[in-house]
Order: sequence, then structure tokens, then C-alpha cells
Amino acid sequence: MSSTTNSPTHHTSTIGAIGAPSRRNTELMLLVFAVAIPVFAYANVGLAINDEVPTGLLGYGLGLGLLAGVGHLVVRRFAPYSDPLMLPLATLLNGLGLVVIWRLDQSERLQLSSTYVEASPRQLLNSAIGVALFVVVVIFLKDHRVLQRYTYISMVTALVLLLLPLVPGLGANIFGAKIWIRIPGLGTIQPGEFAKIVIVVFFAGYLMVKRDALALASRRFMGLYLPRGRDLGPILIVWAVSILILVFETDLGTSLLFFGMFVIMLYVATERTSWIVFGLLMSAAGAVGVASFQPHVQQRVQAWLDPMKEYQLSQQGIIGHSEQSMEALWAFGSGGTLGTGLGQGNSDLIGFAANSDFILATFGEELGLAGVMAILLLFGLIVERGIRTALAARDPFGKLLAAGLSGAFALQVFVVAGGVLGLIPLTGMTLPFVAYGGSSVIANWALIGILLRISDTARRPAPTPAANPDAEMTQVVRP
Amino acid sequence: MSELTLTVMRLGFLAVLWLFVIVAVQVIRSDLFGTRVTQRGSRRESARPQQAARQAPPQQRGQQSGGGGGRQRRGAPTKLVVSEGTLTGTTVALQGQTITLGRAHDSTIVLDDDYASSRHARIYPDRDGQWIVEDLGSTNGTYLDRNRLTTPTPIPLGAPIRIGKTVIELRK
Repeated sequence: MSSTTNSPTHHTSTIGAIGAPSRRNTELMLLVFAVAIPVFAYANVGLAINDEVPTGLLGYGLGLGLLAGVGHLVVRRFAPYSDPLMLPLATLLNGLGLVVIWRLDQSERLQLSSTYVEASPRQLLNSAIGVALFVVVVIFLKDHRVLQRYTYISMVTALVLLLLPLVPGLGANIFGAKIWIRIPGLGTIQPGEFAKIVIVVFFAGYLMVKRDALALASRRFMGLYLPRGRDLGPILIVWAVSILILVFETDLGTSLLFFGMFVIMLYVATERTSWIVFGLLMSAAGAVGVASFQPHVQQRVQAWLDPMKEYQLSQQGIIGHSEQSMEALWAFGSGGTLGTGLGQGNSDLIGFAANSDFILATFGEELGLAGVMAILLLFGLIVERGIRTALAARDPFGKLLAAGLSGAFALQVFVVAGGVLGLIPLTGMTLPFVAYGGSSVIANWALIGILLRISDTARRPAPTPAANPDAEMTQVVRP
Repeated sequence: MSELTLTVMRLGFLAVLWLFVIVAVQVIRSDLFGTRVTQRGSRRESARPQQAARQAPPQQRGQQSGGGGGRQRRGAPTKLVVSEGTLTGTTVALQGQTITLGRAHDSTIVLDDDYASSRHARIYPDRDGQWIVEDLGSTNGTYLDRNRLTTPTPIPLGAPIRIGKTVIELRK
């Protein structure tokens, strides 16, 4: 692929390097780097806590290296032209997450608590399952356009997955949010994480067909294109579903994620700013409306507006208040610019959910502002590569799918990081790849797999056009 | 473990983390600028189509990016030049690859021309290294000199190939 230069002044320009390089060696180099950094971090934590290089270092390094190596070989074989950055970025985030989860496992304060389980071996297993799913996606999803066939099946699947936690006996209410289902023998899984991917497939397929109606049939009013009343149907339905999630599952994060994703994809499909305005107004109205009668949501908003008061209430032993928001802010504060160093912070004081929802606070305390910025940039780079894939994709379905998946990823990071940092009300979501949580790691590896597949199709050099078989028959016969 | 070691490790880790970010951004940068565009300045003859067949001065041949190496025959064209139309001045080095022309975004030269079809024509070398132009069933046709192409036709050096308002030619 190459672009041509259009110079209005009469400069002559030359375009070289026509064949797109596959860049697999760049990926390998970055992967080695991405495995080395968490190994360094692991050694650092061990030295800081126990004064010795941890015994599991070799095993951990080999484990992470093996996962990365398998991923790389599969990509090299089955998606040779795909983006060189996504796999290393995901590996690095996953590896750093594992190290910090292990570091929190070492905390004596957390070991005393009644709910303590050693989380890092499980998370390593989850990462392995995640990479396995990634491999399956890359090998068996030969062409992302196949997914287009399952547009409406995806819709049903996503709705079922979203509603599963509400089924009595199957759903599990854990600490106020009903977003888990309990499968005997397997533990709990969070179907919302998988629904996130499935519903993007539906949105992409649906919007690809309907986008002309949504974009063109509109009246212009005060600089905004107002859609026709009946075209508002889909956005109203998605809005209603996300409000239902908020009311019945009391999960602000999932609700925000689904509605936000739809608005992002509407905007990408139609290029109409008015959809974003509508989306923001509707989500604000929905959130305020629900917060006026839902106690769980109300309490989250209170904790966001005044975390210190919330902390004092919880210290007085009043049930239903949480001291975590304030503690997370303290963790960020004591980290300062450069942090206390890995293994030397006190973020384990957060206690419950320190290694899942609040894991960013540990990064904030031990790596400081510099470290958190780097972590957020890594997420940003994954999103950037996703959007870039959407730009490069040649088919509208692939564009929408890539934009939707990276939008979902970005929204999830925003919702959880914004919540922990006190920018928006806190909601129980996992930081992709980093936080402890099986469903999240597995689903996000699958998401990266689909993005890689799209980018492979998009970056593959165009095949030479087939000779037109009709050309021989339609020759102009000159007398 | 001594305080100093831990401090060095802490700062070292942050440095390594940022180094990774910077390396990743560098990779993106090389990806963005994946095609090498060499500006040659306006001293060049502003791509006048009439002087097509004239030989380029030797020092400009030295500037050509890559070129075809030593494989090509003497007198074989080394570049394709757009001499009329919105893309005037664009050159593509001929390195044995097929060049597709059309409005489709994945064409080698994306024509922004109302008279061009999405996959309009292609230019490719045959086994002897002779460059051939072939019309891919376009609506408005591809013209070599004044003749509408019906079959794949060898391109003489400097002969104008016309697609809509765009004229391209092969030069040494």
C-alpha cells in the first residue's frame, strides 16, 4: 500500500517502499522487551520485600515468555501482516498486572484478612486461558467479515449474557453489584465482559446497514443535524437497556460502557456530532434519574463528591459505606511523582479489591505519577492502534468493528481509572489486562485477537486485481 | 537490601517503562511514514508532459530512490510520472511491481478523477521486463497516445497514457 503525494506547488516527489513490510521482527523485539520489564519488576518486588531475588522468578519469566512466544508464533503464521504493537502492549500490561497482584499477595496485612486467597497463580492461569482464546481467535477467525453474518444472533447472545446475572439461582450479588454468575465448580464469571465484544459485532453489523438512513435523513437545526423521530428508535432502545442494567444490576460501569460504545459507533458510522450531543444528554439524564432513587448508585455518587466524609462514616462502622475511595486517593498522594518503589508502598491498606478494582492505586503509590502516566499511555497506544486499524480497514464492517472494540476498551479504561482517581463516581470494573479477574483478562485477549485479525486484513498488500474475463469478449471492433 | 540499590531500581524501572513507551511510539512513527517520499525541489522541470521523452540529467538519476538496481536493461524506464491532472508531479519508482490505477483506496495511485473507475488500469512488467498497460474494464477507457486500449499493450518510453484528466508516462 502506498499513498500518492498531491503537491499543489510543482514539486516532484518520489514514492518508494511499495510493499508493506510485515513487521513481525519488530513485534518479536518488542515482545522480548515486554517480557523483560515485568521480570525486572518481579525481581524488584522480591528484593524490596524479602531482600532476595524471588525463587519463582525463573518460572514466572518463562511462563510469561512462553505465553508471549506462543502468541507471537501464531500471529507470525496466521496473521503475518497484523499490527506489530498490540501483542507486546497487551503482554506488558498483563505481565505488570501479574507482578502487582503477586506483590499484593505478599502483603502480610492482606494475608491476615479472612477473604485472602493467593491470587497470582490463578491470574497466571487466567492469562494462559486468555492467550489460548487469543490463539483460537487468530487461527479460526480467518476473516472478520464472517462475523457480519451473525449480526442479530450477536444481539440476542449479548442480551442473554447481560441478563444472566439477574436469573435467580445463577446470578450472584457480590458487594452490591449483580454482574456475576456463579457456575458450580468453576467459580464466578462476569458475562458482561464477553457481552461487550459480542455486542460490538451487533452494533457494527446493524450500523453498517442503517448508517445512511441515520446520517442523511435529518434536518439541520442550530448547526446540528437532528435525526428523524423514527431513527431515534435504536438509540432509545440501547439507552433503555443500559438504564435497565443500571437499575437491576446496579452497575454503573457496565451501563456506561454499553451506552457509550453505541454512541461512539453511531458517531463513527454517521459522522454526525449531534449523536454525541444526544448521547451525552441521555446518559446524563439517565444517570441523574436513576441516582435519585437507587441507593447503591446514590452512595457511589456521595463517595465521589465527598470521599472524606464517606471514609469517616465507614470508620464509625456504619454499614454500606466504603473507605476505599479515600484510601486510593491517599495512595496516589503518597506516591508522588516518582513513587515509593515497587513493593515499598502501603497500598495494601485498601484491603478488599486492592488487586482488582483498585489496582491502579498500587501503581500510583509505588510507581508514582510517572508510572501511572506510562501505564495509561500503554492503554492509549492499544486504543490508538485499534483506531488506526479502523482507519486502515477496507470494508465498512471492519472499520466499525475495530472502532467499536477500541472504543469499548478505551471506555473501560476511562471508567475504572476515572473512578479510582476520583474523576467520576467509582464503579466496579476491571482495568483491562492488569486487574485481577478472569473474565476480564480472557475477554480482553479475545478482543486483541479480533483487532489483530482485522489489522492483518487491512495491512495485507492488495492482491493484484484479477484479469477481467469479460475483457476478451467486449473488444471494440473497429471497421 | 540497601536503600541506594532500591532507589536505583525504582528509577531504573520507571526509565525502562518509559523507554518501552518511546520505542513503541517510534514503531508507530515508522509505520505512519512507511512510504519514503523524496522531495526533489522545484528546480526540476515542473513535470512538463511535452518533454516526456527527454533523458533525465545524470545527477538526477543518482538521486532516484532505490531504482531497479542492476537487473534492468539499458533504456528501460525506471519511474512512472504523472504529468497532467490533480496528481501532477507524482512519481512512482518502477521496481518490478504491479502498479494499479483507479479510485479504489488500495490502488497504488489513487486517482481523484470523476472519469476514472475504481479499478481502472494496471501497469506491470512482462517476463522480458517490458512494461505493459492493461485496461481493467473501465467505464471511460484508458488511452495510449490517441488509441483506446482493448488489449494489454506494451508502453513505449514517454508515451502518454490518459485516464480521464490524468496523464501518466514512463520515463528513464
